[in-house]
Amino acid sequence: MKNENRIKSVSYAKWGYIFILPFFLSYAIFSLIPLADTIRNSFYEYYAFGLKTVGPNWTGLSNYTSLLSSDLPKYAWNTFVMWILGFVPQIIVALVLASWFTDARLKIRGKQFFKVVIYLPNLIMASAFAMLFFALFSNAGPVNSILLRMGVVGEAIRFMESTLGARTLVGLMNFLMWFGNTTIMLMAAIMGINPSIFEAAELDGCTHIQKFFKITLPQIKPLLTYTLITSLIGGLQMFDVPQILTGGKGAPDRTTMTLIMYLNKHLQAKNYGIAGALSVFLFIISAILCWFVFKMNTDSDPDGSKSAAKRAKKGGKA
Amino acid sequence: MRKKRILSLALASVTALGLLSSCGGGSGGGLLSGVQASDGGKVLNIYVWNEEFQGKFNENYPQVERLSDDKSIAYLKDGTEVHWIVNPTQDGVYQQKLDEALLKQGRAAADDRIDMFLVEADYALKYVDPEVNVALPISQLGITDADIANQYRYTLEAMTGSDGEIRGLSYQATPGMLVYRRSIAKAVLGTDDPETVGAAVADWDKFYETAEQMKAAGYYMYSGRADTARVYSNNVSAPWVKNDKTVVVDPNMMNWVDRSMEDIESGISHNVPGQWNDEWNKDMGPDSKVFCFFLPAWGLDVCIAPNVKDTAAAQDWAVCPSPQSFFWGGTWLVAANGTDNASQVRDIMLTMTADRDLLRTLAMNYGEMSNDQPLMEELAQSPDFGIELLGGQNYIGVLSDVAATVDLSNISSYDQGCVEEFQNTFGDYFNGVISLDKAKDNFEMAITERYPWLVGGGVLWP
Repeated sequence: MKNENRIKSVSYAKWGYIFILPFFLSYAIFSLIPLADTIRNSFYEYYAFGLKTVGPNWTGLSNYTSLLSSDLPKYAWNTFVMWILGFVPQIIVALVLASWFTDARLKIRGKQFFKVVIYLPNLIMASAFAMLFFALFSNAGPVNSILLRMGVVGEAIRFMESTLGARTLVGLMNFLMWFGNTTIMLMAAIMGINPSIFEAAELDGCTHIQKFFKITLPQIKPLLTYTLITSLIGGLQMFDVPQILTGGKGAPDRTTMTLIMYLNKHLQAKNYGIAGALSVFLFIISAILCWFVFKMNTDSDPDGSKSAAKRAKKGGKA
Repeated sequence: MRKKRILSLALASVTALGLLSSCGGGSGGGLLSGVQASDGGKVLNIYVWNEEFQGKFNENYPQVERLSDDKSIAYLKDGTEVHWIVNPTQDGVYQQKLDEALLKQGRAAADDRIDMFLVEADYALKYVDPEVNVALPISQLGITDADIANQYRYTLEAMTGSDGEIRGLSYQATPGMLVYRRSIAKAVLGTDDPETVGAAVADWDKFYETAEQMKAAGYYMYSGRADTARVYSNNVSAPWVKNDKTVVVDPNMMNWVDRSMEDIESGISHNVPGQWNDEWNKDMGPDSKVFCFFLPAWGLDVCIAPNVKDTAAAQDWAVCPSPQSFFWGGTWLVAANGTDNASQVRDIMLTMTADRDLLRTLAMNYGEMSNDQPLMEELAQSPDFGIELLGGQNYIGVLSDVAATVDLSNISSYDQGCVEEFQNTFGDYFNGVISLDKAKDNFEMAITERYPWLVGGGVLWP
């Protein structure tokens, strides 16, 4: 019986492995080895002294402790605040637009056109977008000239010199760049809801608002959470917009300095030890966030495959 | 046959090993050990941070035959291609890219090697250091003292390493001067004559007496704190960093902080937050109420001229000595160790910095203060040498006195970093965002991020 089985089945498995090999190879070369190298560097004193190089000298955890005693928590907070400033309006506007665009009753004309338009800011390079805002909102820029000429303000507003101004600008740019993307994702989610639910609700006399809060929102909750977490991971890596807007200074008083901008400062000084330690911190935070996404995607699958399988298994044992 | 193959394989692997081991030489002294300057390369690579020298070279170097359509390559008469690699100087980007390329010099193919690079005084000593050995002494190129006898002494001293060898030459001298608006001078001081205006700003006390007059008449004396920063940072009593360990902030830097804050509050300065930005350019433009700027000779052509071209202010300028002498910038040509175009590099360096006819053209056409003392003394007397922008004024006389007093003995390789971070961190203080003590803390933090080896050395405040 056993013998027969072995002869019958010809294994094609090796081809599967061969076909996925290129990915694992390039992943190892371009991601895994550099990652290991970064972690290794984080335990060394290793930097450029002018054109000379100091180290690598083993220093244990001193890079980590010196980072923790620096302003790192402040930069994490900056990153978080600027992310929130962009994310809150982004998700609200995206939700409203998505439910409008998908509502069968509202016959919005030129839907396709608007979908393209709201996505456009995302196509511009972030640094070019930041340059544009830098020019627009500079002390002698067009926004100030318009405000002055209309008599709204007495003298030019120095947007970039106040914490609120600079952070709001960064938040605004992130919002403008990403709300289109989020709208399209949410639209896909809403269109995935069974239309008969909406029909039934309408027959029962449900208002638009009720439909939105009682049906749409609960139904797209998994995707909302997914958007939240991916946006959070993206926000953690916020760099180009504030970097270009403030010329890498994180002005004023480093209140727009994000974690990656701080990392960039150390990389510019070729301080591989500290930069490595900082990267490890970021890696851990991202890993935790990714774990949430992973959990969510596996456990709350709409068709319930994994959890259903688990339950079935449990049931079978009992 | 087979044996031969094995032999060649073995030889190849030996060479490969040799190559590998030569690139492992990152640490320790002999940074470019084994790198040799040679001749006969087809491509001459020059690292620069803007297109200023490139333009002057393309238009004036006699060996240039033609340019590529985008002007990024110049073809010399002997068939050599001159390639320009441009990286901006801000945030140390230029140095970063240059360093990376220099450290690869030993491994790069001959035509990819850097043959020449340009440096500024702010960080020149980093490359002049005989220990890192990235710059060729001009004596090794066969340039003698007699060839450069006319150059200003300070331009040579700035590039002299601890072994006494000179490692770079400049085509310009960059003493600073006070560039002012004739119309405002007439309105407030009653005359635009450089002698009289010069007397009204002869020292800081007189400068501020005049400033009060300007303010009373509704004008600003100067644009922003970055304009005066160089005048103060050039007149310090010691280098920025002691023993590569401790940052010593000079009392004069704190004078600059106090004075700038006072001027912002009293409205003597226009409170423009920096240089090279929109507001600064507008302050030089025709509709501005800003009286004067602290600029070297190249500033006339590079900063002011583009902002007033074809306007009423196109000839509304004149110059007089600054209350305190200073210099700004200055570009030195350095031959890279490992160049494969040694003789062409020698010729470019000599022609561009010591050929009297070419230097005369630079002075005449670009308003350059050329690096030829006797020539400048001659031009200072010449009635032909009047600059249109200055309403025909000959500014060489003003500058040659300053050039003789420029002292670079307190400059170090830390200048660019320290001055940049100092201005950045105190900018928040000037904007009223943070206190003076917080600005000091921020400076300490920024400086140790930029120079990791200064961690623990501390910063001494006056």
